[in-house]
Amino acid sequence: MRAGFVMSEVGIGLRRNLTMTFAVVITVAISLSLLGIGLLSNSQVRTMKDYWYDKIEVSIFLCGPLSETPSCAGGPVTAEQRLEIQQDLQELPVVQTVYYESQSEAYQRFQERFKDSAIAQNVTVDQLPESFRVKLKDPTEFAVVESAFSGRPGVDVVQDQRAILEKFFSLLNVLRDGALVIGLASVLTAALLISNTLRIAAYNRRRETTVMKLVGASSFSIQLPFLLEGLFAAIVGWGISTGILSGLKYVVDERIAPLLTFTNFFTWNDVWVASAYLLLTGVVVSGFASVLTLRKYLKV
Amino acid sequence: MIRFEHVTKTYAKADKPALSDVSIDVAKGEFVFLVGQSGSGKSTFLRLVLREEKATSGTIHVAGKDLGTLSNWKVPELRKQVGTVFQDFRLLPNKTVFENVAFALHVLGHTKKEIAREVPEIVELVGLAEKLDRRPGELSGGEQQRVAIARAYVSRPAILIADEPTGNLDPGTSIGIMKLLDRINREGTTVVMATHDSSIVDQMRKRVIELESGHVIRDQVRGVYGYTG
Repeated sequence: MRAGFVMSEVGIGLRRNLTMTFAVVITVAISLSLLGIGLLSNSQVRTMKDYWYDKIEVSIFLCGPLSETPSCAGGPVTAEQRLEIQQDLQELPVVQTVYYESQSEAYQRFQERFKDSAIAQNVTVDQLPESFRVKLKDPTEFAVVESAFSGRPGVDVVQDQRAILEKFFSLLNVLRDGALVIGLASVLTAALLISNTLRIAAYNRRRETTVMKLVGASSFSIQLPFLLEGLFAAIVGWGISTGILSGLKYVVDERIAPLLTFTNFFTWNDVWVASAYLLLTGVVVSGFASVLTLRKYLKV
Repeated sequence: MIRFEHVTKTYAKADKPALSDVSIDVAKGEFVFLVGQSGSGKSTFLRLVLREEKATSGTIHVAGKDLGTLSNWKVPELRKQVGTVFQDFRLLPNKTVFENVAFALHVLGHTKKEIAREVPEIVELVGLAEKLDRRPGELSGGEQQRVAIARAYVSRPAILIADEPTGNLDPGTSIGIMKLLDRINREGTTVVMATHDSSIVDQMRKRVIELESGHVIRDQVRGVYGYTG
């Protein structure tokens, strides 16, 4: 068969079944958008991790007069202990930078952060611990620092800010997985709808397909127009879903980013990558649904 | 052209075979009537020739192909060599006469140029040159059957199978259709026609094969519809 003839048959098929074509396009658009939102939330979680892990530190709090841990039994940290700790920290390969925060600096920072709160008036300089603020090359290497310094004389507590973020991120992971599951489920729905629509289309055009069989058309050439219709709907649906994701990105940039300044957001590149995956998904899913359906209903 | 050797066909859920030990040889260029009551096995015979069904046992050769060993993807090759015409015409109602005939050529991959040349030629042969752009709904039964014959014949198949082609037509119209089939036969195409129409069979005086309950009970050169005495 020639391409022009196939295309004219595809056109006839799509027009004759216009409402169903419309339903398939919309369903594909929505399901791919949902899947795309799942993919983008994955990008978003990754972006947030990059953003936050870049900022978090390991804090090594040193013994002060109020410390109660066993390693502080010898009283507040001595000048030698402090120096040794600092030198050892700087020698650790996983450590990027070390910053020492004295009690008075800690006090200033505390006053700054809680300046509107009554608690700021009640805290004195000697109640706040001095600490080393350690930035790691790789924030997941916290265990190395902890095992080296936890329990060491003069060290009160080794605290990883990442532990606090982890809870937040595990929540985000659940949300992301949920979004992906919903996306995949709706893609499945779209596949079933495509399958059903093609079944109806095959039934509507049984006269044509019978004649094609009789004059000696191959299975492939009989199925091709249907396959292309499914593909056409998938690709138009994909186009709409990419539009929806771009819209989402625009809204995030224009409306949400100015309000939520504590993180970065997924980039346009993430949108295009997600869109490429959606195209692949749309084509593969519609192709599979079509081939399976047509093999069943359009036997030669 | 068509050779059945001891062919038996039993459908999956039937207790009796639809065709039973049938041996028939139809030579190139022959015109054969296939007669018999409903359920005698005529349709099964035609379905086997088109390989819409496979024989349960025995061998079938059509246009030089052994249908028992013919793989599924080569079936279209077979059907290109076997034109088919049915009682119910099977035209596409949304397409004009030209488009209906052209459809077959499109499917077989002919170019627009070829189609523009061949379709009017064949439509003229069947006597509908004036009605190229009518739709089937605007044609009489006889005219519709002519379109169907044009479609079956446009790719010049070696064999033309006609299943009750005059079954829906009045006697006068039927004669016209028979003249057309006869003409196609005289151009060298083997024609096998299943029919109930005794007057046509009697007039044409061609080979007659009669089936009854799946058996060949008569195979006569220049036969008539039923035994006359």
